[in-house]
Amino acid sequence: MDPDDARDWMAGKKSRLLSDKVMPLGEAVSRFTFDGGYLAMGGFGHIRVSMAGIYEMLRQKRRNLVIAGKTAVHDVDVLIASGVVDRVECAYAFGHELRGLSPAGRRAVEGGKVKVVAELSNAAFQWRFKAASMGLPWLPARVMMGTDTFKYSSSKVVEDPYTGKPICLIPACYPDFAFIHVHRCDRFGNAQIDGTVIEDKELAMAAKRLIITTEGVVPEEEIRAAPDRTVIPFFMVDAVCEVPYGCHPGNMPLLYYSDEEHMAEWLSLSRTEEGVKAYLEKYVYPVGAFAEYVALVGGEEKMDYLRRLERLEEPLTAPWAKR
Amino acid sequence: MTMMAYNPAELMACAASRVLEDGRSVFVGTGLPIIASMLAQRTHAPNLLVVFEAGGIGPKIPAIPISVGDSRTFHRAVMAASMDYVMSCAQLGHIDYGFLGAAQIDQYGNLNTTCIGPHDQPKTRLPGSGGANDLGSLCHRTIVLMRQDTRKFVERLDYLTTPGYLSGPGARERAGLPRNTGPYRIITQLGVMGFDAESKRMTLVSTHPGVTVKDVVDNTGFKLIIPDVVPTTDMPSDEELRLLREELDPIKIVIG
Repeated sequence: MDPDDARDWMAGKKSRLLSDKVMPLGEAVSRFTFDGGYLAMGGFGHIRVSMAGIYEMLRQKRRNLVIAGKTAVHDVDVLIASGVVDRVECAYAFGHELRGLSPAGRRAVEGGKVKVVAELSNAAFQWRFKAASMGLPWLPARVMMGTDTFKYSSSKVVEDPYTGKPICLIPACYPDFAFIHVHRCDRFGNAQIDGTVIEDKELAMAAKRLIITTEGVVPEEEIRAAPDRTVIPFFMVDAVCEVPYGCHPGNMPLLYYSDEEHMAEWLSLSRTEEGVKAYLEKYVYPVGAFAEYVALVGGEEKMDYLRRLERLEEPLTAPWAKR
Repeated sequence: MTMMAYNPAELMACAASRVLEDGRSVFVGTGLPIIASMLAQRTHAPNLLVVFEAGGIGPKIPAIPISVGDSRTFHRAVMAASMDYVMSCAQLGHIDYGFLGAAQIDQYGNLNTTCIGPHDQPKTRLPGSGGANDLGSLCHRTIVLMRQDTRKFVERLDYLTTPGYLSGPGARERAGLPRNTGPYRIITQLGVMGFDAESKRMTLVSTHPGVTVKDVVDNTGFKLIIPDVVPTTDMPSDEELRLLREELDPIKIVIG
């Protein structure tokens, strides 16, 4: 996208007016996501990812999406398994970090159902968002050069006019729509994140449409009392959706840890297409409000356990561990 | 002298831990690298600065994280930053060591974590670079932890995800990568490897107890440089094994 076109988009489609953007997640997904679009998820791996947003895209049967696989773990796995995503720009996908490889994601790529349309590194991916966030066509960086990762990255190597050394130019990336799950946000979209922000400051600025899911909608005054905590200001935001526990089964830093029992269930069921279907029929398709999902995965009792686990008051268990 | 029996993962963790010097910084991934870094902090390198790609800097890691982004990676850290921040730190030259794993490695330490078979129709699809290419490009010294056999130590990679010394001496600099960087140690279940200063080809540094030079050569799919004298890797101490089993990985997620 030409940076002047990006400027026109931001000037025309993003409002600088403080307006109430609270809406049901179903409405946000139907208004701001579309088939064939380019999706990016905030967070990292299974950390602070808006699973609520993903489940809603599954229910609305979005199709043919391209996803930014910027350390995408459970999100991309579910999106691929359910047929929502058919192309991946990959920095890290098809794996579950310490839990091993993703049966569903691998099956789809090895069987040709999903195409990997680009390869790049994690730093390169977030610098694509950073370039976009700066209104620049590209950002120079000293990664990927000399490798096959570079060849599949759409980046270019040029001679730096200052040092004479080769330098990699990483093109800006403006996702069509992005979801970012946050700790708190006011009704206008002023959002605060506790812990590492990963690349969400840059992604929020790069995304053409941004849906914020939040653990809680808080009064504007709470944001204004601590403006240094704000990572995303309201004029980047298109929708605010209150979804407590909205990144389950992932880890919401300082609130609740990842639900390894649930991850083990997914990793086991997703070994087969039938298992995927059973999972989705159990946890996604027939489920209305997110609270129903929370009840299905163990309700407040489970959430209490995950809170204690996060506070290190419970020992971690790893039911997926082979040994 | 160790009295206790140990397994290959424990030996690899100890060997990796000992490479890390006190007062240095290390960029780590999940699994063995984090175990090795935590072990180093609890033994000879209490001032080892641990950095995670999601933004955690200098945490007091309370328990093994499942993800390099989870809340354990910035527990009582000096800073909970962003990926841009920590990757910029690496690009700026602040990160001494980077820990990597791989499915394939060649004689110049180039790594494949992307696919086995052709990229567009892979036999096995692997996760991709993640932060590996960044660490392999930007850290002063990279350390690779992986299994050694002829399917993994190969003449020719199926895909070059992360740069080692590329095609040999001077190739990294010619490609534009920061000078004086590259792979430093390869630690496997059989031994420790390094790189010849002139040719940048992989060189045997030590064999693990009970492993012969022939075992290493037989499990390497390219010509490894063998020095005249090959020492034996130090065995894990009882204290290292106690730390690994009782404190660092009590539920045996990484160390079986």
